[in-house]
Amino acid sequence: MKTPALKWAIPAAVVPVLVLLAYGFRTDPREIPSPLLGRPAAAFSLTTFEGAPLSLEALRGQVVMLNFWASWCIPACYDEAPALERTWRAYKDKGVMVVGVNIQDKEEAAREFLRRFEHSFPNAPDPRGRVSVDYGVYGVPETFFIDRKGRVRFKHVGALTDEIARRQLDALLEEPS
Amino acid sequence: MTRGFASAAAAVMLVAVVGWAAAAPPPAAAPPAPAAIKPAPAAIKVDEQIVHEVASQLRCVVCQNLSVADSPSETAKQMRAIVRERLAAGDNREQVLAYFVEKYGDWILLSPPKSGFTLLVWVVPFVGLGIGLVLVAVVVRRWSRRPQGAAPSQLDPAVRERIRREMSEMDHS
Repeated sequence: MKTPALKWAIPAAVVPVLVLLAYGFRTDPREIPSPLLGRPAAAFSLTTFEGAPLSLEALRGQVVMLNFWASWCIPACYDEAPALERTWRAYKDKGVMVVGVNIQDKEEAAREFLRRFEHSFPNAPDPRGRVSVDYGVYGVPETFFIDRKGRVRFKHVGALTDEIARRQLDALLEEPS
Repeated sequence: MTRGFASAAAAVMLVAVVGWAAAAPPPAAAPPAPAAIKPAPAAIKVDEQIVHEVASQLRCVVCQNLSVADSPSETAKQMRAIVRERLAAGDNREQVLAYFVEKYGDWILLSPPKSGFTLLVWVVPFVGLGIGLVLVAVVVRRWSRRPQGAAPSQLDPAVRERIRREMSEMDHS
């Protein structure tokens, strides 16, 4: 292959592949953008572990932090559990509702989890997985921030921290209702 | 192989790829997804074969490269139940798939849609194959041409004379 045209054939073939690999290895395959952002949050009506009705419709007008969790989700759900309770206590009088949805779990293990972390915000099981699919949940924990108008505004995948919760909630609370 | 043949082959390849791409059906997202709960018409009988077909196109969200049809996980079981329920409520296959795409994005489909950016995934292999075939054709044509003219005439006449002499000596010995 001595002709100039063919001499360039190998770099011409290799460079795009390298560019593609460079791009591919920099992106996190687990980070899948949610198509739900900016769209109305799916309605749900569940029954909490205490037996109280829990529906999104009833929370309209409040900022909602919706957390999907499971008692077998170690360590992320255990890491974030204290932060969830702290956030709830700090924001419950500011027009924020924290809601936990327990998915793919055994009831007794879930109750034990709630006792252990003394969670005082409403938590409900999603025994048939309808709510998790409606929110496009593919793992636990995942946390959705829903604005006063009932739109999904932010999704956090993995353990939530006080800082992330504070930043999102403050921003949503600042918006005119 | 002649130049005419090579370029004809390339042209056929190109036409085939472009034609195939143009003929690709529109994305599955086209039919509007009825997200709202609609009055369930008295239990349409759901064919398990269709449930399986739809489920096999959906990615099991908690697995690695397994379809919802193939995964034994609890999540996949629940997703199959949702597929069955939606079919029973009168949705067709496309509507059920559209519901999952609406929630999870195209990621939920095991085969990327044949449109937009992901069309590349379907087209690039054939384009690559076409370019490769053209390259092979060019190279083969070059190789098959070489021995006829150039090679023998490059021999030094003195060397040729020596070979002739030594060969005849071998014959005589």
